[in-house]
Amino acid sequence: MKAFTYERAKDAAAAVAAVSRPGAKFISGGTNLLDLMKLEIEQPAHLVDISRLPLRTIDELADGGLSIGSQATNSDTAADLRVRTRYPLLTQSLVSGASGQLRNKASIGGNLMQRTRCPYFYYPATGCNKRDPGSGCSAIEGFNRGHAILGASDACIAIHPSDMAVALVALDAQVELLGATGHSRRIAVRDFHRLPGETPHIETVIEPDEMITAVLLPPPPPGRQLYRKVRDRASYEFALVSVAAIVETRHKKITTARIALGGVAPKPWRSVEAEAALEGQSATMPTFRAAAEVAMADAVGRGHNDFKIELAKRTLCRTLADAARTD
Amino acid sequence: MSTSTAIGRPSASEYSGQIELTVNGQSYRLELDLRTTLLDALREYLRLSGTKKGCDHGQCGACTVLINGRRINSCLTLAVMHEDDRIVTIEGLGAPSALHPLQAAFVERDGFQCGYCTPGQICSALGMVAEVEAGVPSHVTPDVTSPDVDLTDAEIRERMSGNICRCAAYPNIVAAIRDYTERGRR
Repeated sequence: MKAFTYERAKDAAAAVAAVSRPGAKFISGGTNLLDLMKLEIEQPAHLVDISRLPLRTIDELADGGLSIGSQATNSDTAADLRVRTRYPLLTQSLVSGASGQLRNKASIGGNLMQRTRCPYFYYPATGCNKRDPGSGCSAIEGFNRGHAILGASDACIAIHPSDMAVALVALDAQVELLGATGHSRRIAVRDFHRLPGETPHIETVIEPDEMITAVLLPPPPPGRQLYRKVRDRASYEFALVSVAAIVETRHKKITTARIALGGVAPKPWRSVEAEAALEGQSATMPTFRAAAEVAMADAVGRGHNDFKIELAKRTLCRTLADAARTD
Repeated sequence: MSTSTAIGRPSASEYSGQIELTVNGQSYRLELDLRTTLLDALREYLRLSGTKKGCDHGQCGACTVLINGRRINSCLTLAVMHEDDRIVTIEGLGAPSALHPLQAAFVERDGFQCGYCTPGQICSALGMVAEVEAGVPSHVTPDVTSPDVDLTDAEIRERMSGNICRCAAYPNIVAAIRDYTERGRR
C-alpha cells in the first residue's frame, strides 16, 4: 500500500473541500477501497474519512418516501423496519450481497461507488482499460464467464457488482450529491453509472469535488417487489444474474411492471422495453417469456458468458411469475 | 478501569499518527503508520495475536472482531478510523481457565480442526446472535417484512457465510452455535 495522509472530516462542507485536493479520496466503510489500496490499484495520496459525518439516519420524506443517509451501513438500511415493509426489494438485495461483517461496515454511498470485481482489473500484470487506460481489455478474449452481455464496449466488458443498485434502479431512487461550492443536486440512480464506451475508467457522473449525501426513495410503487439472485454459491458470492421486479396485477392482467437486472451490464440495467412488453398483458408464462426476449434482444455473449443470456431470460421469467402471483 | 500504555514507532511524519485505541476495556496510545490496518495494530503492536490474518482482503473472516458490539473484518479497516470505539477481540471474551460459553460449546461440539479460523468464527457468531436478537433479516429469512427471526440451521449457515473454515468443520460449528443459543449463555 502506498503511503497517504489522513483527515477525519468535521462536517459535509469540510469533506467536499478536502476532497478537492489532488489525489484525495473519500473513505467510509473502506471495504472495497482498502482492498484495492492493498493491491495498489487505488493509490490515493490523501484520505478524507467521512464515516462519522451525521449522514447515517433514515428519514421520512414529505412525499411518503425515505431518505437514506449515505453513511448508513448496508446492515442498518436492510434492517430498518420502514425499509423492510415498504421497500422489501431493497432489503432483499442488500442481504443477498457480501457477508454480515462487510454489510456492517459498508456504507450506502460506498455501495454505489464500489468498483468492478473483474479479475483482470484486479491483476496488474494484465491489460485493463479501466485500471490503466489504453492498456487494452484482457477479458474480451480471456476468461469472461462473469462479464457483461449488455451495455459493454470494445474497451471494457466488466460488470457493476452491486445488488443494492439494481433494486434502487427498479425503485426509481435518486442520489443526492453535494459539491465543493455548496451546491446540491439530485440524479436518478439509473443515470448515476456510465456505460464504458471509450472511457471505462470513468464509472459514474459524480464530479471530483462531489460527495453522495443521501439516497432518496420515492413512495413505494404499487405491486409486489421481488429480488432474485443467481450465483455459483448459495451465499457470499456476486451475481451471475439478478433480477429486481415490481409487478402489479389486476384480474390476472399486468397493470404496471418494473424490471432491473444485475450481473449482466456495466451498470444496474433497467429494461423499460421489457416493462412495456408486460403492461396490459395477461400474467402468464408466454407473456413473461416474450418480455424476457425483449430484455435480452441486444445481448451479446463473449464466449464463456454466453450462458448468461438464457440464464437471464429464465431468471426474469421465474421472478416475474413469483412477483405476479395473486394468491 | 484502564491504564494507558504507549506503544509503537517513534518516527512521526505526516504519514503517521498518534492514536488511541480501546481494546478489551484497556486503552492504548500508539504511534502508527497511517496505513496500519486494525488487524495489524492488534497483532503487531498490541500483541493480541488471537485475531488471525487469513486472506487480508475481507474474504475469509478470520480477522473478525467486535466494534461497539458489531462484527467487522479488521483487515479491511484502518486503525486510525477506530478511535473512540469499543473494540473486543477473542482475548476479551474468555481465557483457557474461564471459557466464554460459546468457546465451551465449540470445544464440546468439536467445532474446529486446526483452529485458525476459530477466533473469527466465535467473534462473528456473537455478533450474528446480536443481529438476530435485533431482528435483522438475512437472505434466507422467509419474510423480510417480519420483525422477528427464527434462528434455524439455514439461518446460521447463511449468516456465518463470511467465515471460511478450510478444515470444513461447518456442521460442528453450526451445532456449537445452536447449542449456545438454545441453552442460553451459561
